[in-house]
Amino acid sequence: MRKLLLGMSGLAALAMASAPVQAQNQPPIKVGLIMSYSGQFADLGTMMDNGIKLYMKQHGDTVAGRKIEIIRRDSGAAGTAPDVARRLAQELIVRDRVDIIAGFSLTPDALAAADVLTQAKKPGVITNAATAIITARSPYLVRTSIALPQAMGALGTWAAKNGTKNAFTMVTDYGPGIDSEQEFQLQFKQGGGTINGSVRFPVANPDFSAFAQRLKDSNSEAVFVFVPGGEQPAALAKAFAEHGVNPKSMKILSSGELVNDEALKSMGDAAVGMISGWHYDHNLKTRMNPEFVKGMNELLGGRNPDQFAVTAYDGMHLIYEAIKKTGGKTDGDALIAAMKGVSFESPRGSVTIDPETRDVIQTIYLRRVERVDGRLVNVEFDKIDNVKDPVKERLKAEGKLTADGLAK
Amino acid sequence: MEHRALFRRGRLSRPAYPNVNGLPVTPRIASLLFDGFAYGMLLFVLSVGLSVTLGMMNFVNLAHGSFAMIGGYTTVTLMRSWDWPFFATLPVAFLMAAAMAVVLERIVYRRLYGASDLDQALLTIGIVFMSIASAAYIFGTTQQPIEMPAYIRGRVEIGDFSFGVYRIFLVCAALVITAVLVLGLDYTRFGARIRAAVDNQRMARGLGINVDWIFAVTFAIGSGLAGLGGALAIEVVGLDPNFALKYLVFMLIVVAVGGMASIRGAFITAAMLGIIDMFSKYYVPEVGAFVLYAVMVGLLVWRPAGLFARR
Repeated sequence: MRKLLLGMSGLAALAMASAPVQAQNQPPIKVGLIMSYSGQFADLGTMMDNGIKLYMKQHGDTVAGRKIEIIRRDSGAAGTAPDVARRLAQELIVRDRVDIIAGFSLTPDALAAADVLTQAKKPGVITNAATAIITARSPYLVRTSIALPQAMGALGTWAAKNGTKNAFTMVTDYGPGIDSEQEFQLQFKQGGGTINGSVRFPVANPDFSAFAQRLKDSNSEAVFVFVPGGEQPAALAKAFAEHGVNPKSMKILSSGELVNDEALKSMGDAAVGMISGWHYDHNLKTRMNPEFVKGMNELLGGRNPDQFAVTAYDGMHLIYEAIKKTGGKTDGDALIAAMKGVSFESPRGSVTIDPETRDVIQTIYLRRVERVDGRLVNVEFDKIDNVKDPVKERLKAEGKLTADGLAK
Repeated sequence: MEHRALFRRGRLSRPAYPNVNGLPVTPRIASLLFDGFAYGMLLFVLSVGLSVTLGMMNFVNLAHGSFAMIGGYTTVTLMRSWDWPFFATLPVAFLMAAAMAVVLERIVYRRLYGASDLDQALLTIGIVFMSIASAAYIFGTTQQPIEMPAYIRGRVEIGDFSFGVYRIFLVCAALVITAVLVLGLDYTRFGARIRAAVDNQRMARGLGINVDWIFAVTFAIGSGLAGLGGALAIEVVGLDPNFALKYLVFMLIVVAVGGMASIRGAFITAAMLGIIDMFSKYYVPEVGAFVLYAVMVGLLVWRPAGLFARR
């Protein structure tokens, strides 16, 4: 009997001791990042990368007993060379044997990598690329950033409701821009407004004066603008200021990019009164935001985080949550299943991953540029909770999405 | 002037929009011409240095944009950290870029003066990438906005016409630079030495001209002009580490279409480039970005050596 007890306790001790040993011996979970670390959109890469760094600094690099290893790849001139993103996805999966890919600065990059993810059955977490349709292109794509129509539709509805009769739209001529233009126009017209005209900018466009002039000549009551982050918001803002287009002469409605810190600095007081619909601002008064901003300030040498930082931070959170739920298993289907329907609190408020479309459901804030304590900031004056991507909701209603959220 | 008012007075035959052809013609065209010309002048200041180094010294210097970037970051740093006024930073931007150019010329460039075009291109494109990475490391990948004094922002209205103040300044700056360069090259002793050193190096050396020194100074002036252009460009197109590469295409177009070593050619090409860009984007925004390149290709097919080629 004593021998038996001794044996049993010995076994138990062995089992207890072996549990952590086993975890330590497991290979790390590899997360590949495909982001624009260089080129026109290098700043997106900087922001997203630091968002991920902050998350790992706060939450450690071990989940469910397994270490997380990050492998960074530069997609270079994002958006203009999607073949690079595709090749990088292949290399990460085949050569580096990553379990998850995250990042994707611009839409073309995510679209180019979608097939690769489907074939390899590896989850891809989109932390920026914002065209609505992306997540319907592979059952392995999940998005934590935004489908632009979420914010732009809200802005169109708001503008029409608040007495704007006619508007001119200006967007960059690629997926997210066209998405934004169409959703704004649709919601604005449904609310009773008329569209006065529209232009689409080339993706690489250094000087915007011709477009600013054209806008001015349209004599519109309001203008709706979308340009991707990076170098263009400040350049466009300057052209507006130079041509006397400011909130005093015309209502300016935009996505968050046109009113980011750098653009506001170069516009100065001409920006006061600009209205935007967006999912994040460093000025947001949510519970988690102050600590997030402080952490990012430290990493960025005093700069404030923007939406790229927070969506990457949340992307990493989603990856951690999924690994916790699978108990450290890295099977692609299990991870995707674990990500569906996850709800969590983020510095931007509460966020849910739609189990049907794998896209993000979030709060859209309507903000106005004001001078507060000598600084220009976006002050929230209204918000709409639980916004789903309206484009995919319409497709679903028309029966054009499969049960798995894929485009038919 | 409001178009509706013009319309009522019978100066407009059709509504202003969407029919673009019905816009009030004179002020509109004048405004577009001016904006385009000013943008062209910015490109001219950025490129004219390359016309000097590539055209005269026959050195394929793809790193010209990097020198422009040095000028830009000099201005930003002085304005931000030491509160210098914008105009005071411009000479420093010129000097910093020129000084950097002298250092590089003495250490690296001069060894490749006799080398093949490909070697020169490879060396200088390497320098471009190094400069982009260095700028990203030192200043970060973010845009570098500067706050301009109020008197240089906004527009001046003259009757129906209105022009951006900063663009007026750009045009004046470009005209002064052109005058100084053309007069300097054609009428001064130093200009004559440069031309001599470029046309026939051996003969120039034989006459006691210090060709090495002439080349170093020419290169410094060319790069200094790029630095000045970089500083002037911040207010129009912004500044980030990618600047070194972004304007290379325009710079090469200006030099190639204008004709190597022709200041007048560079001036006219840059002005044309700006104006065509402005008009095509205003009237046919759908294809606006392509018109420019189509015209430039057409010009090169017509005159392969450039519009004002010397050789």
